[in-house]
Amino acid sequence: MALDQSFVGRSYPPTRPYEVGREKIREFAEAIGDPNPAYTDPDAANELGYPDVIAPPTFVFSITYAAAGAVIQDPQLGLDFSRVVHGDQRFAYVRPVRAGDRLSVTSTIESVKSMGGHDVVEIRGDVHDETGELVVTARSKLVARGADEG
Amino acid sequence: MTVKIAFADAPVGTELPAQTFRVTRASLVRYAGASGDFNPIHWNDRFATEVGLDGVIAHGMLTMAQAVRVVTDWVGDPGAVVDYGVRFIRQVQVPDDDKGALVEVSAKVAEVVDEAAGTVRVDLVAKCNDQKVLGMARAVVALS
Repeated sequence: MALDQSFVGRSYPPTRPYEVGREKIREFAEAIGDPNPAYTDPDAANELGYPDVIAPPTFVFSITYAAAGAVIQDPQLGLDFSRVVHGDQRFAYVRPVRAGDRLSVTSTIESVKSMGGHDVVEIRGDVHDETGELVVTARSKLVARGADEG
Repeated sequence: MTVKIAFADAPVGTELPAQTFRVTRASLVRYAGASGDFNPIHWNDRFATEVGLDGVIAHGMLTMAQAVRVVTDWVGDPGAVVDYGVRFIRQVQVPDDDKGALVEVSAKVAEVVDEAAGTVRVDLVAKCNDQKVLGMARAVVALS
């Protein structure tokens, strides 16, 4: 099913703030097996010039992907959620995410395409902190595989 | 000086120390919990097979997280990464044993992005069983 091109440029309301905790960052760093002390030791993070521990570069995806759910599950867009796979992922950082951040995500549909029977949607998530400053922009390309494929 | 690598010491062609990461079923359970991605294709063979996979596969975002360590370990300060993107081109199959799968990651400096800012583009290659699992894997890093 071809998706409606008029959705390109549509933005969704900012999400309620996600508060980044030190122990959540530690849990994530341990899960990816990364012992960098900047993720777990506030003193080590201070030495690098950060006010608190910072998060690994891909940590913020959990927050932006949850926000993208509003797009993926938008009944008007009509993406087949059960067939969605992750095609591309990119992050552009203004600064690292850190403990204490209260992050809000605004999701925008950047493009909508149908290619070879697949629906491809690119979603941009602009992540702002509690002061309104941009922290990171995440771009996710999601592919809904055509129904005739396994 | 917080970033270990000086711009002058990392000309185009510089190879970063390669690393190999082991991914087991236990890694996937742990990553699911930490990331909140509980898609059963990452822990349930029965479900994975039903949707046409050959078995449980790793989270692409876990592979993406592991690959960038080659860059962040090199520079020391993870905040030096100003841009990072990948394409998920092949799944990492994770067998139900203690060995799991191995993801081998190499990287080299491919281009000077901005000499004044000291930024370079690092191109990464991530392979599992000698096949690339990430495409267009690139990080832009600010050196000292």
